[in-house]
Amino acid sequence: MNRSLRDLGGYLLGFASLFVIWHVASTWLLNSVLFPAPLAVLSKGIELAGEGILGEHVQVSLTRIFAGFISGSLIGIPVGLAIGSFAFVRRLLEPYTEFLRFIPATALITVAVIWFGIGEGSKIFLIIYTTVFIVIINTAAGVTAVAPNKIRAARSLGASSGQIFLHVALPATMPYILTGMRLAMGNSFVTIIAAELVAANAGLGKMIWDARLYMLVDQIFVALVVLGLLGFTTDRLFRWGIYTFAGRFQPVT
Amino acid sequence: MPLVRLASVGKTFRSMQGADYTAVRDFNLDIESGEFFCLLGTSGCGKTTVLNMVAGFEHATSGTIEIGGRAIEGPGADRGVVFQGDDSLYPWLTALGNIEFGLKMRGIDRTERQARARQYLELVGLKGQDHKHPPELSGGMKQRIQIARVLANEPAMLLMDEPFAALDAHTRASMQAELQRIWRATGKTVLFITHDIDEAILLATRIGVMHAGPASKLKAVIDVTLTTEERDRTHDRFVATYREVHAILRDEVAIALQRTQ
Repeated sequence: MNRSLRDLGGYLLGFASLFVIWHVASTWLLNSVLFPAPLAVLSKGIELAGEGILGEHVQVSLTRIFAGFISGSLIGIPVGLAIGSFAFVRRLLEPYTEFLRFIPATALITVAVIWFGIGEGSKIFLIIYTTVFIVIINTAAGVTAVAPNKIRAARSLGASSGQIFLHVALPATMPYILTGMRLAMGNSFVTIIAAELVAANAGLGKMIWDARLYMLVDQIFVALVVLGLLGFTTDRLFRWGIYTFAGRFQPVT
Repeated sequence: MPLVRLASVGKTFRSMQGADYTAVRDFNLDIESGEFFCLLGTSGCGKTTVLNMVAGFEHATSGTIEIGGRAIEGPGADRGVVFQGDDSLYPWLTALGNIEFGLKMRGIDRTERQARARQYLELVGLKGQDHKHPPELSGGMKQRIQIARVLANEPAMLLMDEPFAALDAHTRASMQAELQRIWRATGKTVLFITHDIDEAILLATRIGVMHAGPASKLKAVIDVTLTTEERDRTHDRFVATYREVHAILRDEVAIALQRTQ
């Protein structure tokens, strides 16, 4: 049997067992309206999707995540490369990165809303914030981990400093950059929901908050399951992207 | 004029703790064009330091190193380096991509550099492996790529730092034979570092035996006059050369062992 089929089989089995445990726990162990069974959640999900509500919230949240995640990565990668390459830049920027990365994005939600309003501005700001430091740190670590012999070989083959950066340091750092981005993607999910819970017009976090007001527990569960699925899917897509387009930069697991 | 001249070369490493370490002191050596020079010594004798200085990776703290009559200022495409391990290869490039790296950096156009890279890929016996990436290749194949990568760049000389030390015995033997063949085919000047007497006699036209470190220099230089047929571990003249080299190296091995115990 080929490997991707076996992987798929494993995933399906894993999800199926989760489903069964959930079903048993909600139907027989707890039997409460506060913990809906998977089938009830599924039918609620289909209902919400049919009305177009679910799709709209998902689209709003994902757009925010990707806008912030991509901008944050585009800022983080060059900064990380500079920190890893030049001791001077490291000394200059380390106080910022080492100070700011310990202030969680969720702690900045209120400030972001005051500054940028409850619309897209504050959400994208928060996602950029949560993405940028983890990408910087991983990228900088990647640069310092490049084997010195790779650089020496390039110099002996006649490469200039600029060429070494572009053709050796950058590709050698690629696995670290991609790992940083993957971790940042996880953070982005946490941050966007927190931000949407506090202040938003739409999005999955807003959907959860609205459901809470009317005690629509099944609707909350729909949002939770969808979040899990979205996270799982984007992470797989990211990994798949790494393997297909960047597998030659050594796989990231 | 020799191709390479090392005159009264010394190298002292500064230590943060204050105890400086002198690896090489008053080291003199001339290497003629077309020679295969093996620098033989015990571990820690400073032979890699010598190679690194000729490569331009390290600066001599005293004396002068010249290539073609000009002082060495840093690494350059005139001295191709083959490293011991495989960490100098670029795993994101194919075998061919690795071999054409130097030509690409020097702005040679795609068609020509690929043709030249293919030619050297064949020379090192890797025909048909052009699209594999280094992690897909065996240790011996990776060393062949390193050699082809350096040759494709057409340097004035090759610097090889124990390139076969990490290979298993059988692969090493076949690589030694391959290198002999390649050296005869290309006529390149080679500075080859090893701690293995057999390897030195198999490959070299001259062997320089180093004192045990620290503050090491050349103890003796031996001309190896064996013919291709005589470069066989079982041949009488090979054995005689072995005894001669071993007699010089034996005391240094004892000193090196004493120091590490």
